[in-house]
Amino acid sequence: MYGNFSVCFSARKRRVHGMLKLYYGLNEEGKTVDQAESMNPCDINGTHFDPEVYLNKFRRECSLGELMDQESCMVKQIRSLDSDMQTLVYENYNKFISATDTIRKMKNDFKKMEDEMDCLSTNMAAITEFSAHISGTLQDQHAQITKLSGVHNLLRKLQFLFELPARLNKCLELQAYSQAVSSHRRARCVLQQYSHMPSFRGIQDDCHAIMDKLAQELRQKFRDGGSSAKDLSECVELLLQLDEPAEELCDKFLIHAQSRLETNLRGLEAETDILEFIDRGCNEFVSSLCLVIASYQELFVNRPQEGNLASKNIPQMAIGKLHAFVDAMATCYFSLVERRIQEEKSVGDNSLLVRALDRFHRRLQAVAKLLPGSAVPSQGTEIVVRAARERIKQYLAALQSFYLDSLRDVRQALAAPRLGGNAPASLPELLSSLSASILNQIKSVLASVHLFTAKDITFSNKPYFKGEFCSQGVRESLVVNFIKFVCQSSRQFCESAGDRGGSTPPALLLLLSRLCLDYETSTITYILTLTDEQFLVQHRSPVTAVAALCGEAREAAQKLLKHYVKVQGLIISQMLRKSVETRDWVNTIEPRNVRAVMKRVVEDTTSIDVQVSLLYEEGTRKAHSSDSSKRTFSVYSGSRQQTRYAPSYTPSAAMDTNFLSNIHKLFSERIDIFSPVEFNKVSVVTGIIKISLKTFLECVRLRTFGRYGLQQIQVDCNYLQMYLWRFVSDENLVHFLLDEIVGSTAHRCLDPAPMEQSVIEVICERG
Amino acid sequence: MYQPYLVLQARALTSQTAESDAIRFLVGTQSLKFDNQIHIIDFDDENNIISKSVLQHQAGEIWHISASPADKAVLTTCYNKSEAPALSLSQLGASVFPAQVVSSESRVVTCGAVWRMPPEWESGSHESPDDPHNSHNPQNLELLCHLDNSSHGNASCVLWEPMGDGKHVISLADNHALLWDLTESSTQATISSSATLEGKGQLKFTAGKWSPHHNCTQLATANDTAIRGWDLRTMSQIYCIENAHGQLVRDLDFNPNKQYYLASCGDDCKVKFWDVRNINEPVKTLEEHSHWVWSVRFNHSHDQLVLTGSSDSRVILSNMVSISSEPFGHLVDDDDLSDGEDNHQDEKTQEPLQDSIISTYEEHEDSVYAVEWSSADPWLFASLSYDGRLVINRVPRALKYHILL
Repeated sequence: MYGNFSVCFSARKRRVHGMLKLYYGLNEEGKTVDQAESMNPCDINGTHFDPEVYLNKFRRECSLGELMDQESCMVKQIRSLDSDMQTLVYENYNKFISATDTIRKMKNDFKKMEDEMDCLSTNMAAITEFSAHISGTLQDQHAQITKLSGVHNLLRKLQFLFELPARLNKCLELQAYSQAVSSHRRARCVLQQYSHMPSFRGIQDDCHAIMDKLAQELRQKFRDGGSSAKDLSECVELLLQLDEPAEELCDKFLIHAQSRLETNLRGLEAETDILEFIDRGCNEFVSSLCLVIASYQELFVNRPQEGNLASKNIPQMAIGKLHAFVDAMATCYFSLVERRIQEEKSVGDNSLLVRALDRFHRRLQAVAKLLPGSAVPSQGTEIVVRAARERIKQYLAALQSFYLDSLRDVRQALAAPRLGGNAPASLPELLSSLSASILNQIKSVLASVHLFTAKDITFSNKPYFKGEFCSQGVRESLVVNFIKFVCQSSRQFCESAGDRGGSTPPALLLLLSRLCLDYETSTITYILTLTDEQFLVQHRSPVTAVAALCGEAREAAQKLLKHYVKVQGLIISQMLRKSVETRDWVNTIEPRNVRAVMKRVVEDTTSIDVQVSLLYEEGTRKAHSSDSSKRTFSVYSGSRQQTRYAPSYTPSAAMDTNFLSNIHKLFSERIDIFSPVEFNKVSVVTGIIKISLKTFLECVRLRTFGRYGLQQIQVDCNYLQMYLWRFVSDENLVHFLLDEIVGSTAHRCLDPAPMEQSVIEVICERG
Repeated sequence: MYQPYLVLQARALTSQTAESDAIRFLVGTQSLKFDNQIHIIDFDDENNIISKSVLQHQAGEIWHISASPADKAVLTTCYNKSEAPALSLSQLGASVFPAQVVSSESRVVTCGAVWRMPPEWESGSHESPDDPHNSHNPQNLELLCHLDNSSHGNASCVLWEPMGDGKHVISLADNHALLWDLTESSTQATISSSATLEGKGQLKFTAGKWSPHHNCTQLATANDTAIRGWDLRTMSQIYCIENAHGQLVRDLDFNPNKQYYLASCGDDCKVKFWDVRNINEPVKTLEEHSHWVWSVRFNHSHDQLVLTGSSDSRVILSNMVSISSEPFGHLVDDDDLSDGEDNHQDEKTQEPLQDSIISTYEEHEDSVYAVEWSSADPWLFASLSYDGRLVINRVPRALKYHILL
């Protein structure tokens, strides 16, 4: 009671209440307060408060003043507590009084209610008694009425049965098939049940005959097929109700549809234009197919299940049949489409094909919506993917043939100056036009292929076109393969024509080498960056690195340049070799001028120098004197030569010469005749000159010379010295090789009497 | 490894074929001014000592040398006769117009001859190569007979019948291949049959090789870029590999163990291996040299070892395992293998057959015109460069054991 009343107290009261509670040893939960707190005898609010201890403690611990303060404080507290208590007692008393009043009033009310309830129960007992009485009297009549109504019903049913054949006939006449069927259905069970009675049997037989006729008519109607979809569906529904096997109906329906679709397909084969072909395919075949699917589903699959006529597995069976049917038809269609797409070989305009494929793909989505589980759309996507792959292959082939055609054009242009009189296209022009036309071709191909991934094309968001098509298809199969092809075909120029060297014009080799080098330095990076940007290639699948391609291009360039050096070197070598081999050097006349072949060698070298300088940078030379050939020439022809030849008159000194020349060789650098060529003019021409002079040396060593033979070689070498030093990176190389040639000639000479240097110079300067 | 210098230039090198105990090479010098010599280089394998004996070959400079397979002392040379100017100078003395004399009379002819080394060279002059007395008083070769037939032109090489009794030689002269029969003492040679190469232009045999297979009835020759095979019984052509090399073919060699296999080398810096049954394509091509390849030789016992010499001054030893007659690198017959060795062989078969360059020898300073395997020690070979340096090298020990084991 105390707790209840205290709930409504104000906050201040609550505090007071809390203090009281503490006083009575209760905490908020009504339990005793903490032991530690309560056990303290000095705690004035604790349960174990001992006034004696408390007082003693105070007396011991506090001064008189403090005691006085404490006392007055305590008196104040006691007073306030007393007044609080008084207030509480008063309030509680008031509430107690009012509660007592309420209880008294309730007691009076309950007494009145009890009386009324007694009265009610007596009345109810009386009613029950009456009711039992009435029902007892009406029992007999009720039974009779029930019986009569049962007989009436039976009679009505019998009448219906007897009238059934006539009614069915009438319905048949009126073509009210559905009414007939529903009537017959109603009677069927009864007839079946009582078929042992002759009269009923007769009726049943009649009905059967009529219904058979009806079914026949329905089937006929179904087979005709000309009727509207609604009629058809009604027809099917009735037939199903007549227990026609659903499977057979499905089959018939599908066969019917198939013949129509096949006509569509046949019409398709005549089409020539790809876009029209696809259009027609979509409009005729695909839309008919969709129609067939829709009506079929309406008829067999989504039909509301009523009665137990339709066995439960009809929809499943029907769906199965439909899938098989659609797959079969789609396969026919797809094979047709694929054949048609394969015929599409011209790579000129890709947009037509892409549009056709898009349409093709888009229309198949309708089938996907109608027939969710069908494989048709995915097959369609596969066809598109295959077409795209095929397309990439065709583009690669087109690029390759374009490249080869361009090369052929360049070849013709290179050969043209000799045939036609007009100004020959210069090598840099040919190179730039070749490389520009290839680049343009690549760009246009990329643009064409890019159509496949355009935003408005339905299949562009398929995973294949987002990923594999871009990276594996376009980047790898198309671009990278093309670059590889360029390198490879370039390398083939070195191999196939390698032995004879005659079939490929050297200028072409030079041009291709520069092309490959350009590819290495910039073009490959450019093309691949372009591709990556256009196709947003995600590098998920491993792709060929730019560096690898560049390496390949550089290798090809190197190989081509090396081959160029070899071919040009061979041409000059052959001239020199023939000139040395065919002459009788023992019985030759005193040299009066430089042999024509040497002039030819210098001319050829000069023209090669010009040719190479058109495409390659100058390159670095070892520092040589800024003076003209005169100075180097005099060094060459001066003391060294004299010391080498002079002693050979006296046998005793011959050993020394040989020894000296060997010592000389020990300290001179070894000359690599076919050393790696660098990508600059000087290196290229140096390579060619090295090959030529080495050949000259080897040929000289195989011959025997007379006095004038030696002198002629001296003149020739001097002439070469005058002109060749300017082409090479290190003129000492030319000195060394020419020295070697003259030295070897002297050794192979029967009568080694060298010509005066001054005479040589006069002859050479005369030309 | 060992580099004796000859004082004169040299091109011709052969091993003494009939000698199977001593490691001995014969080198012919090439000089127009001095008496030419044949140097007999002996290599003492145990003590690593090279000794040299010199025989005089006064007939002229030697372009080709070949030792008899039957008689150690017999050899053939092809040499240039260069006596014309000497003759004119000695006859006319202080001629006022020596130029006219030379131009009118001198003619360089190459001919072949069979020689016998004097019996006492071995005992008499077996001294240090640096001994001046030795080189001053060399003995002369004894001429057995000339293989000379001036109507057939200049001889480029003379070939002995391989493994024969030293009775038959072939000489190649310009466009003729002449088969000679020698008498018992080799003092007389008669032409038994000959073949002539006919065609456009001036055809000339540059190299040839007598096949050791088919009872020694086949000969291979090279002219310009073509390689031809000849049947010696009918002296008719069997096969012709046109354009075998891009440029001149310099040398040929038969695989001693595979009868249809042939190696060739030439001015296109390539070494090619042919199966003469299919002449359209070479079986294998090596492109390691950077200048003309002048000489190619199969090792006599282990034909995967191929030696090539080039005018880039390098000698290259290659291991052509893939076209070798002993692809697994062992000589032991399968029948002789015990179980333990079987396992060993299995390990070998797992290794891929890879052709490789074993070694490149760069000791030469000038063009190498001849390389030759020793006939006594299959692991030893000599190479000769134009400056007269002869280098004898061994097959690397590791490879030797790999092949043998």
